[in-house]
Amino acid sequence: MGLITVGFVLLITVYLVISGIPAIGEIGIINFLFGTKWASTASEPSFGILPFILTSIYGTAGAIIIGVPIGFMSSVYLAKMANKKVKTVIENAVSLLAGIPSVVYGLVGMMVLVPGIRKIFHIPDGASLFAAIIVLSVMILPSIIKVSLTALEAVPKDYEDASLALGATPVETYFRVSVPAAKSGIAAAVVLGVGRAIGEAMAVMMVAGNAPNMPSLFGSVRFLTTAVASEMSYSAGLQRQVLFSIALVLFLFIMLINAALNFFLKREKVK
Amino acid sequence: MSVKRKIYINVMRIFMWVCIGLTAVLTLFLIGYVLIQGIPNITWELLSTKPSYLSGRIGILPDILNTLYVILATLIIVIPLGVGAAIYLTEYAKNKKVVGIIEYASETLSGIPSIIYGLVGMLFFCRFCGLQTSLLSGSLTLVIMNLPTVMRTTQESLKTVPQSYREGAFGLGAGKWRVIRTVVLPGCVDGVITGCILSVGRILGESAALLFTAGFAHALSGLFEGLGNSGATLTVALYFYAKEEGEFGVAFAIAAILMVLTVIINLAATLTQRHFQKRRRI
Repeated sequence: MGLITVGFVLLITVYLVISGIPAIGEIGIINFLFGTKWASTASEPSFGILPFILTSIYGTAGAIIIGVPIGFMSSVYLAKMANKKVKTVIENAVSLLAGIPSVVYGLVGMMVLVPGIRKIFHIPDGASLFAAIIVLSVMILPSIIKVSLTALEAVPKDYEDASLALGATPVETYFRVSVPAAKSGIAAAVVLGVGRAIGEAMAVMMVAGNAPNMPSLFGSVRFLTTAVASEMSYSAGLQRQVLFSIALVLFLFIMLINAALNFFLKREKVK
Repeated sequence: MSVKRKIYINVMRIFMWVCIGLTAVLTLFLIGYVLIQGIPNITWELLSTKPSYLSGRIGILPDILNTLYVILATLIIVIPLGVGAAIYLTEYAKNKKVVGIIEYASETLSGIPSIIYGLVGMLFFCRFCGLQTSLLSGSLTLVIMNLPTVMRTTQESLKTVPQSYREGAFGLGAGKWRVIRTVVLPGCVDGVITGCILSVGRILGESAALLFTAGFAHALSGLFEGLGNSGATLTVALYFYAKEEGEFGVAFAIAAILMVLTVIINLAATLTQRHFQKRRRI
């Protein structure tokens, strides 16, 4: 029975590799990964996915830069300073946030964020990398808060007592003792956030504009995930194979992130 | 206390308050906004009819039914698989290496983005197995997605069944399978139920994986007939109405329904956990 799981992983890997490799071979790996022009339906099609890769990296990095400090600070507050009532309420709210379907985030982003950005920054269209970054950073908040909360709560009370007894104030104790002690758990939270942000498709598709440009903060951009999703329905031939190759690249990214996550979790256990 | 320390403490404290405030306000805003925009748009006509171009009417009954079908079909397949795998891992498996590989595989599965599931599901179930774009291939794709969840929650609760129960049953002369059936399994019902609830939540919220495997038709059909046809679940319908048709009223109505369902699922998960914890303590 358990082997079925392994079977599924193998199935996914094999299928992605089989259907992704031929197109890369045909285009040439350098042209594919580092080509900057994506014109899949032109008469002389060109398949460079560098814009998508860079957009995915920038978007994820942006979401991490905004989402991690907010999530991390919130979880320190929840773990150490909040009274019990506040903590239960916010914890429930956060798990609700985690359960909201991604299309709902996309919808709210489309209706609130996109027009808002257009007005505030006076640009013709608000659907941009910036909007995607904000939506992603809200979406990764729950996982960051939850995982770092667990890590912070696992810090032995003795450490904090010792620090308090030495004359450190509570706030100093939290940031200089508790946080370093929960370091690898928090790192795992960040990696989890990266994984979630890079794999998100639907919400991003609704707010990012989907034009295959090189990434710029207020320009319409296309992520790796949305590149696959947006052309899948009408693609054929080489174009379709290329989409599978993009999925393969995305899959490799995720594998890397998973390996990093495992590394941090293992280190946590060893300690 | 030196000035520097005081500044550090206060800055950190203010920073924390700002962040927690932001989180709280964001959550409240999201929930409030969706509900306020959505609830006025929920009408009985919307819930109980199917869309018709002739009368220009939009109804989401088919989408609701499709969601139910997908949830049913997925759970029916994923529960035996997940529970079976968990039992094998905790009760039978002796080889540490095999267990390690299986656990690593299920971790990997849970990290793969749903769009990749959608692609592979489309290739394998729709093309290779000849199921076409149908609710059934959508459900099968979701089975792969939810397998790790069901497996993990079942495994966790299997581990909490005390070893002495098993030894007692063995001592009375029961065989391995009998012990599992009569002693171990009843003890892990809560894990299975939690796994189910989590899976239902995930299925409800899934859209990217279903877009290519289940399609977006709005036909009204029965369970078995429906499984063979293409159909949109609520989330896919939301995406479709918002992005392709610009029917934001309908989209917000669906979003509000989904939001309410999410709250219910979260409540159900907490309540079952609390219920079983209480029972266990007695």
